[in-house]
Amino acid sequence: MEQLNAWFTELLADNSIFTADTLGYYLDGLGSTVRLVFLSLIIGLMLAVPLAIARGSRRKWIKWPIFLYTYVFRGTPLLIQLYLIYYGVVFIEGIQDTFLWAVLQDAFYPALIAFTLNTAAYTTEIFHGAIKATPRGEIEAARAYGMSRARMMRRIIMPSAFRRALPAYGNEVIFMLHASAIASVVTIMDLTGAARFVYARFYAPFDAFLFVAAIYLCLTFAILYLFRYLEKKLLAHLKPING
Amino acid sequence: MKKLLALTLLGMVMTTATAQARDTDEVRLAIDVPYEPFVYRTAGGELEGFEIDLGNELCKRANLDCTWVEQSWDGIIPGLLSRKYDAILSSMAITPERENQVLFSIPYYNTPSVWITQRDRNIDISDKDALEDLSVGVQRGTIRDSYVTQMYGDTLDIRRYSSSQDVANDLIAGRLDLSFEDYPVAVETFHFRDDDSDFKQVGESIKTPTSIFGKGAAMAFRKRDRELAEEFNQAIRGVYADGTYDKLMKQYFDYDISLPVGKQ
Repeated sequence: MEQLNAWFTELLADNSIFTADTLGYYLDGLGSTVRLVFLSLIIGLMLAVPLAIARGSRRKWIKWPIFLYTYVFRGTPLLIQLYLIYYGVVFIEGIQDTFLWAVLQDAFYPALIAFTLNTAAYTTEIFHGAIKATPRGEIEAARAYGMSRARMMRRIIMPSAFRRALPAYGNEVIFMLHASAIASVVTIMDLTGAARFVYARFYAPFDAFLFVAAIYLCLTFAILYLFRYLEKKLLAHLKPING
Repeated sequence: MKKLLALTLLGMVMTTATAQARDTDEVRLAIDVPYEPFVYRTAGGELEGFEIDLGNELCKRANLDCTWVEQSWDGIIPGLLSRKYDAILSSMAITPERENQVLFSIPYYNTPSVWITQRDRNIDISDKDALEDLSVGVQRGTIRDSYVTQMYGDTLDIRRYSSSQDVANDLIAGRLDLSFEDYPVAVETFHFRDDDSDFKQVGESIKTPTSIFGKGAAMAFRKRDRELAEEFNQAIRGVYADGTYDKLMKQYFDYDISLPVGKQ
């Protein structure tokens, strides 16, 4: 053990890159990334549930605008959406004088808006697909009990749709974490921003980016584990009886 | 059979070796566009600017066939080391950290850096307490990034951008309180010396400490390409000696960016 310790100290003593100073940058970056991704996922989820239900509506004037929204945000790169919301809006005449500027002035909120709208669009489609895939029998049974549409939605369709959507939603969460790497283009010091800073300062791309890749891997592992746990709990009834 | 295999392998190694050696007459020069007035694109899409003219003149003198390669600042040194091009001619200041990675020519210009803010603002850059909560924009990985990080890291809110254009956009948009920019670039993007400009300089122009700002801007080469660097050194001395440098400089600047003779 002591040998290992000595070996480790020696290993770190030799490098001029991973000092307490730069590790601090990575730590701050981790904070920004987690904050940004967590908030956009939560808000995105809250938007996506009503949107997914409305997306399945029979009324065209409800259905089509939502389809258009998900189509636009799934059909264009997130980077472009971020550029438009951060750099683009500046060129709207007089925007600095409106109340919107208080939100758009900072780099954090434009990024949060772009990420939220993007993940909400994907999540809407995931949930919509899951709702559509509800077995006919469950709906017929609910009707036979005399449930109203709202109650059927609440008690029968949504609980089973959420379960079905879980694996796909887990993927979306991981995609969102990785997509957040572009936040550094609008000056946010997220994990990738910290890595780019360290890279620019020491001209050591391998060290800077491999280190940050390892942090992303750890985060992804945590997310995977969380969803594995949720699936095990919530989808227990789908497992083969003797499995 | 083994012999044949060894020979083939040897042959492959040798051909790749020759393919990798620089063809001495052809030189690819990397530059980060735009960086007015050193380099910018005309409406027709042509590259223009002081460094383009200077680079072409140097190549002519050294009898080299030069082509320009556009490269963003972030990756400009790794690109050189990975042989995407043979030299950098892109307002790169000589600094000790960079000298660890590349071989510099003699410097060909030296300009100070300036603080820029909106005309109606009153900012005292020497009053550290008053700088709390103010934001400054710099291009990531430049000497100006190093300067504000070292000198103002604990007071100013430092925002780092990929290009100097983005910094300018956000100062114009009102997202930033300050920009710390290379003097000529600031003249070109903010026109801060004009009376009707919305921007003004704050405090003195800054050239020191040399440990951060270096001895001026120079071309950068791979460390092994000593001969190539020497050819360009000769050419730089040449354009200084016969007045060509002054003529080119006057086309783009109404102030002096040249280095004192003998100091290059």
